[in-house]
Amino acid sequence: MKFIYQWWWKVLAVVTVLYTLVAGFLGGVPRLFILHETIRNTYFHVPMWMAMFTVFTISVIYSIKYLNSGKEEHDLIAVECANTGVFFFVLGLITGMIWAKSTWGEYWSNDPKQNSAAIAFLLYCAYLVLRNAIDEEQKRAKISAIYNIFAFPIMIVLIMVLPRMTDSLHPGNGGNPAFGKLDMDNRMRLVLYPAFIAWSLIGLWIATLRYRIRLIEYKQNTL
Amino acid sequence: MKKLFSLIILLLSFTVTMAQDDAGVEMADVMRSSGKIYVVVSTLVIVFIGLAIYLFSIDRRLKKIENEK
Repeated sequence: MKFIYQWWWKVLAVVTVLYTLVAGFLGGVPRLFILHETIRNTYFHVPMWMAMFTVFTISVIYSIKYLNSGKEEHDLIAVECANTGVFFFVLGLITGMIWAKSTWGEYWSNDPKQNSAAIAFLLYCAYLVLRNAIDEEQKRAKISAIYNIFAFPIMIVLIMVLPRMTDSLHPGNGGNPAFGKLDMDNRMRLVLYPAFIAWSLIGLWIATLRYRIRLIEYKQNTL
Repeated sequence: MKKLFSLIILLLSFTVTMAQDDAGVEMADVMRSSGKIYVVVSTLVIVFIGLAIYLFSIDRRLKKIENEK
């Protein structure tokens, strides 16, 4: 846990995001109909979801750890990671809607991917509401940890699995090719994969900041 | 014979789609060649650097508070 106080990975994240900003706008991309220059959205829309997956994964790991150890700190990490994840969830949804307007014609076309993402969003909103509804600390931590452990796989299924089993406008779903061989090339991968890592680290950074604030509050309250 | 002929015509019609020139896709080449996309890139870079500095300063202040305890 010492690394959350260190600088190197935060600097790495910032430098890598700056690289993706420059390379993402100035680098070459495939020329595709309908998408045109919006293909560059891949560098910024998809990493939001990657950052969300990263912090939600850490959140569920610490929920399991909490149930094992009963340490209040683990619960605090879980909730602040979930908070940060919901933030990136909103960013992912909004950027996706803007992109959908130009490529699919509507901000919200009730596409399976959009609908199930919205349901998954509500799932995590319910987590945060559930927490606020319980006053007793240990009870709150325990119940929300169990809820989180159930919510995480359902979120994965809703976002990653169900839309792929049906027809969807979103790339990678139904009969649609993903951003794979057809519409992505190695020039794009050189920007996209660093962007995944960089934005995941940014998400982690924000989560650790929130956790550290929460920890101070917690210590003040218990004194 | 007629069937074969129409089949060949159908197959050949595919080549038209394959031969579609991707130069027809509009891209922001003009913007970049005139150098103006750099303006947008530099704006975004500055915005992001600003946000990063902001995050770093929050981090530093937090560290100070944590060390007081």
